[in-house]
Amino acid sequence: MIRIFKIALRNLMRYKRRTLLTALLITLGVLMVILFSGLSGSFKAMMIGQITDANLSQIQIHKKGYVSSMDAIPLNLNLDHKGYAKIENVLNSHPAVDAWAPRIKLGAMLSNYAETTNIRLNAIDPEKEIKVCPAVGDRMTFGNKGSREKLIEPGEIIIPDKLAKGMKIRLGDTMVLVANNKDGSVNGLNFTVAGITETVIGPQGKEGYMHIKDARVLLRMEEPEITEVAVRLKNFDMLAPVYEDLKSALAKFKNKKEKPAFEIHTWEKLSPFYNIARMIDLMSVSMKLIMVSIVLISILNVMLMSVYERVREIGTMAAIGTTPGKIMALFLTEGAILGLISIAAGNIIGLSGIFLLNIYKIRFSFGRSENLLLTPSISFAELFWLSIIVLLVSIFASLQPAYKASKMEPVDALGHV
Amino acid sequence: MALVEIDTVSKNYQMGEAQVQALKNVSLSIEEAAFVSFVGPSGSGKTTMLNLIGCLDKPTEGKIVVDGKQVDNLNRKQSAVFRGSVFGFIFQAFNLFPVLTAYENVEYPLVMMKNEPVSNRKEKVLEVLEAVGMFQQKNKRPDQLSGGQKQRVAVARALVTRPKLVLADEPTANLDRKTAVNVIRLMRDMRDKLNTTFIFSTHDPGIMQEAEIMHTLEDGRLIHSNQRSTSVREGK
Repeated sequence: MIRIFKIALRNLMRYKRRTLLTALLITLGVLMVILFSGLSGSFKAMMIGQITDANLSQIQIHKKGYVSSMDAIPLNLNLDHKGYAKIENVLNSHPAVDAWAPRIKLGAMLSNYAETTNIRLNAIDPEKEIKVCPAVGDRMTFGNKGSREKLIEPGEIIIPDKLAKGMKIRLGDTMVLVANNKDGSVNGLNFTVAGITETVIGPQGKEGYMHIKDARVLLRMEEPEITEVAVRLKNFDMLAPVYEDLKSALAKFKNKKEKPAFEIHTWEKLSPFYNIARMIDLMSVSMKLIMVSIVLISILNVMLMSVYERVREIGTMAAIGTTPGKIMALFLTEGAILGLISIAAGNIIGLSGIFLLNIYKIRFSFGRSENLLLTPSISFAELFWLSIIVLLVSIFASLQPAYKASKMEPVDALGHV
Repeated sequence: MALVEIDTVSKNYQMGEAQVQALKNVSLSIEEAAFVSFVGPSGSGKTTMLNLIGCLDKPTEGKIVVDGKQVDNLNRKQSAVFRGSVFGFIFQAFNLFPVLTAYENVEYPLVMMKNEPVSNRKEKVLEVLEAVGMFQQKNKRPDQLSGGQKQRVAVARALVTRPKLVLADEPTANLDRKTAVNVIRLMRDMRDKLNTTFIFSTHDPGIMQEAEIMHTLEDGRLIHSNQRSTSVREGK
């Protein structure tokens, strides 16, 4: 086998320029895929991180029917304390769950005594919220105080930046919030503006923040209620299986109509960025298909030329007793070596490219998010499978020429001019 | 028992609409350690005869037995294995592998056909290269060798597996007279040393005289067989 490898390598080196050009083409394909996967993967991971860590959370649990009507912020679809306790039990017993936080979502009228506007609010338990969305404070400005360990205190409100700009609201201003509770009665409370928050992508990205205790007072809740439970996992890569586990655990709880009492969703269902992420995945697959086509066509072309140029040589091999199987193995090895050389070159250049991109940092804007930093990376597993695909396609592309060579009649091949 | 037995063999080729009869009812036998030539003008059937004996082609009619085995009904793989174990081949255009050195060209049949340990291979290759006078050039590639040197390497490659029979189709056609005679004499010396049967084809009257047994073909028929072993052996 070593000898076949050696002969195959020398045969490739016989036509240096052709081999080099073909290898270069395949290398370029591999390089393209590595760089695209590195950049798009980094972009995707960063955006998903932004969405889940700064605002949405990885998983949300609601009362059944809430998500389909969430734009109306229906207070009558809140979870009561018994429901919340059941959810807590489920989350508490799952080892993959890292943290969870209750939230109340509400709509209110915001007034600075001169102007009044609508505002969507996310009422949070700050200690729990920061465990579920550790980057939530990163997009908030707290004036001279800078970032605060405790995001919000009772009596404080954090206003979305666009709204603050529109109403000329400053930190420390006093605002009035007026809200209807689920029975329709109106209540109003004064709040101090403690922070301004940047808007992020998604339906919950334009919300202001208030303390969950204040929301209960404002909405005149006789017993504690919550709108949703936001969940964070210990390992984000385990999202799909943990989601399935939690879903089946929650499905056991039925409402009075004997239908499921809760619904659970991952960020994918809740954020429009999921469609962009899917587009990125689709583009990544397209890039890989283009690369496979490049490998297939290049190697098929080179190997066919090689067979046609070496007909007499193949005849000689066959004449002196080389079996058809060994002739086939020789040509397959040539194709595989060409693939291997290209894989090695593509991987080295691609990884160097990713390394350089991490040194010369790339910053960009996406939507309203600015100065985002890309840190491209590619996993060993992706690199491994990419290399395996190129190698297999190289061998596959060599199959037909190799088969043709092995089927040549020695007497015809020896007489070939 | 003869090493090669050819019994009323005919070979027809289809060339477009026409059918060409390359060999017509040829029967002959060749003994072990013989030094045989097939002679005749171009198109007389010399190459076809060597191809049939060497299992590179199959007869249309008749039977061929080589080393006690009927070879006209072997499949592709069986033919390849049989060729590798019984025959050595020498070609008019040398047919050395351009990417391999002289040493590696000679080693090739041992690598491809016989799974011998490297040390055994090396010993055999160096021995046969020494025997054909190409030891010093063992690391040169074919493009660095003269025509005569290439054919010597080809002779070494044909002999390295210790075949019972070496088939050489016009082995001197691409060589000048002096080199051609030297190559033929080298082949005969190797026959003397190793007791290997040599069958070669030629249309060169100067070269055909070197054979001990000469079969003359004309229009696909064997028209004459002449044994002149004693005089040749004495004259070498």
